[in-house]
Amino acid sequence: MPTSDGDSPRVSNGSAANAIAVREPSRISPAPASASAASSHALEFASAWDYAPAPESTKVDIAMRYGLFIDGAFTEPQADKPTKSSPAAKRDLYFKTINPATEQALSEIASAGARDVDRAVQAARKAQPKWAALKPTERAKYLFRIARRVQERARELAILETLDGGKPIRESRDIDIPLVAQHFFYHAGWADKLAYAFPGASPKPLGVCGQIIPWNFPLLMAAWKIAPALACGNTVVLKPAETTSLTALRLAEILQEIDLPPGVVNIITGAGDTGAAIVEHPGIDKIAFTGSTDVGKRIAKAVAGTQKRLTLELGGKSPHIIFEDASIDQAVEGIIQGIFFNQGHVCCAGSRLLVQESVLDEVKHKLLVRMASIRVGDPMDKNTDLGAINSHAQLKRIEGYIDAGCNEGAELNVAGTLGKAPPKRSALASAPASGGTGVPPVSGSLSTSNPFPDSTGYWCRPCLFAGVQPSHIIAREEIFGPVVAMMSFRTPEEALARANNTPYGLAAGVWTDKGSKIFEIAKKLEAGVVWLNTYNRFDPASPFGGFKESGFGREGGMQGLQAYVRV
Amino acid sequence: MSIRTVDAVMAEQRAASFKTRSIKSSAKKAGLLLALSMLDLTTLEGKDSPEKVRALCQKAVTPDPVRPDLPKAAAVCVYPALIRTARETLESLGDTHVKVAAVATGFPSGQYPLSVRIRDTELAIADGADEIDMVISRGSFLAGRYDEVAEEIREVKAVCNASSSLGGREHVHLKVILETGELETYDNARRASDLAIEALLQDGGDGPAGTGFIKTSTGKVQPAATMPVTLVMLEAIRDAYLATGKMVGMKPAGGIRTAKESLHYLVMVKETLGDAWLSPDWFRFGASTLMNDIVRQIQWLESGKYAARYDVTEA
Repeated sequence: MPTSDGDSPRVSNGSAANAIAVREPSRISPAPASASAASSHALEFASAWDYAPAPESTKVDIAMRYGLFIDGAFTEPQADKPTKSSPAAKRDLYFKTINPATEQALSEIASAGARDVDRAVQAARKAQPKWAALKPTERAKYLFRIARRVQERARELAILETLDGGKPIRESRDIDIPLVAQHFFYHAGWADKLAYAFPGASPKPLGVCGQIIPWNFPLLMAAWKIAPALACGNTVVLKPAETTSLTALRLAEILQEIDLPPGVVNIITGAGDTGAAIVEHPGIDKIAFTGSTDVGKRIAKAVAGTQKRLTLELGGKSPHIIFEDASIDQAVEGIIQGIFFNQGHVCCAGSRLLVQESVLDEVKHKLLVRMASIRVGDPMDKNTDLGAINSHAQLKRIEGYIDAGCNEGAELNVAGTLGKAPPKRSALASAPASGGTGVPPVSGSLSTSNPFPDSTGYWCRPCLFAGVQPSHIIAREEIFGPVVAMMSFRTPEEALARANNTPYGLAAGVWTDKGSKIFEIAKKLEAGVVWLNTYNRFDPASPFGGFKESGFGREGGMQGLQAYVRV
Repeated sequence: MSIRTVDAVMAEQRAASFKTRSIKSSAKKAGLLLALSMLDLTTLEGKDSPEKVRALCQKAVTPDPVRPDLPKAAAVCVYPALIRTARETLESLGDTHVKVAAVATGFPSGQYPLSVRIRDTELAIADGADEIDMVISRGSFLAGRYDEVAEEIREVKAVCNASSSLGGREHVHLKVILETGELETYDNARRASDLAIEALLQDGGDGPAGTGFIKTSTGKVQPAATMPVTLVMLEAIRDAYLATGKMVGMKPAGGIRTAKESLHYLVMVKETLGDAWLSPDWFRFGASTLMNDIVRQIQWLESGKYAARYDVTEA
């Protein structure tokens, strides 16, 4: 059992659940049908026939340093001109991007300042009329070319996504990158059919779109933003999140390869300041933002009173409702997909689990059994299910919420089958030129959620909080990590009341085998996406977006085009 | 007994996810050896001859003549008329490991009076079968006469438990074939599994390891074993275990032909039931051509070369 400083007295112990929670892979399985196995009725997942390491070992070239992709070429960032408000502002022109599984620096990324943003907007502005005047079928051709090139370079992109972001290679390979290609294919199809999407109107492009995307699905979010904008005849200034710029920059290379006209897509990197400069730039006609609700609100304020159009896809605290007449085994699978997909770094994650009282114990027990078989470890291993947390800051945030949950009296259960521990932190410290980024080491005495507290990288096991009350912090705030808060309800009415009792409204899930109940509940849920007997399924043809504080505007599908045209 | 339903979309999605596990090097070899040891090497044709069964027994005992160290198959599976041949062949080979499994109870359709099916079982046991693979009456099940199905399983189990008094082997194991291809839906597969497990455990379930199995198919109906239907049955076994602490075995049969598929199944067993079921006592493959593909894969792992089909011996 990982060391505990005794500060988490709420961690359940003595129960069958805890037998799963603290199981370590090294423990020897009892012989089949031995007395101990039979009496505790526990299932072992980690000792017999362990999978050999299956690392994705293809080498991918990463440059020492990346510039800004402006007007079809990579350029150096420029120092800011001194202004009255910030005289002689001196800033770092590059920052490091690290691999969150090893904390090793991968590359240096340019930090775009206000002058760089201006250059990018000028380039996009200059390119826009010609791009919009292009025959729609020609625009489609470019999008098709991007899609095909993404497919051809899929493995490289998947590896890069996993190295830079920490998500398991299994997910970047099987979900992220294929969906990226699908989005470009799908929107290529729309380019010459826009008149059919808006019957009776003649849709016109908006102009220059400033697009700011998050770190949880770096390349996929870039595709969600770029593909519809280009299909509708707009040009783009896109800023990826500062921790995950590499795949967007690789996409810039693909855009060069397929001869996309210069300036149609500009990809500039940087942190929040760069994003703010995009939002405030007067030459931009539309802002599309995906990220936290806090930042979204600031953007909405900044844009208010300008000509800029705005779509926001923000946070969520999505309810996942399990009725007693659901297919429980599959519902459990849905819960797993809902919250542990991408380490829970999913805006629509099913993080509030609402289970009907009559099946509460069964769902909890089965969920813990299933969670025990989730493989936590090296994201580059093809058998890893739960990789590294994206950044040190995010890990701290998640751990803060886990502590809050324990302090408020919820019962924490941690699970997972652990892969090989990453190198020890002390070993790294003694190695010179490690390329570390000066992030302070994660303390070795955290709650039990960190499976490798002494190792490099940012880790969190799958966590289930039981006995959660709607007033608990972990039931109200977005954790954005592999932590699910389980609550119970008795009647459908109560389920709905609890589900809608949130400032968010991004997604929801419902599990029941009864068709009429599905439609009854789905109709009354305040959520942009409602998944019925499934969760976290995405398709370019299906619009995605939120209610309430989860934002407005839709992405994907015919509805998503509205955000990029004037009719 | 509460009725459990199965959501087909998610069950299929989950079953498919096991195929994306990457089983390499040492894990692959260990998995293949394990699969080999779980084989019920099967021949169930009207034209089966004593000579074919003798070859089958030889193959079960020595999967690869140049590799005497490979694990033997768990059993040979034959029609009742050939039990004695199998028994005598195994004895003449001096083998005590490979079991003789016999299909009985009016295999494959079960469309006979229960008395005939019981007698079929008794004779098979008297002829020396170690294991009985029975079929359920799908007619009764689909007509909703679930009690009849449970009763026939209980009666056949009672016959197996009384094997010594029939002059047969001790602790005759029983595998209950649900013929999921004819039950069609996952809901039915789950219901039949729950029913069969309950009937198998009715005598206390305290016999030696593996006395009770549920099995997908006869191999005579398509689809036979599929990963989703096997998953549904494994989940029924898991739920019974979590509730009672009693283990029941699982045997997918029909349609599993490649070593790679067998590894997918083992991954599914490992991640659904856990480590305890990764043993021939609790998991079997019913297959006829799978063995040679496993043998060839092991040869490839060890030598880096694929054997030609004619390089491996036929059963």
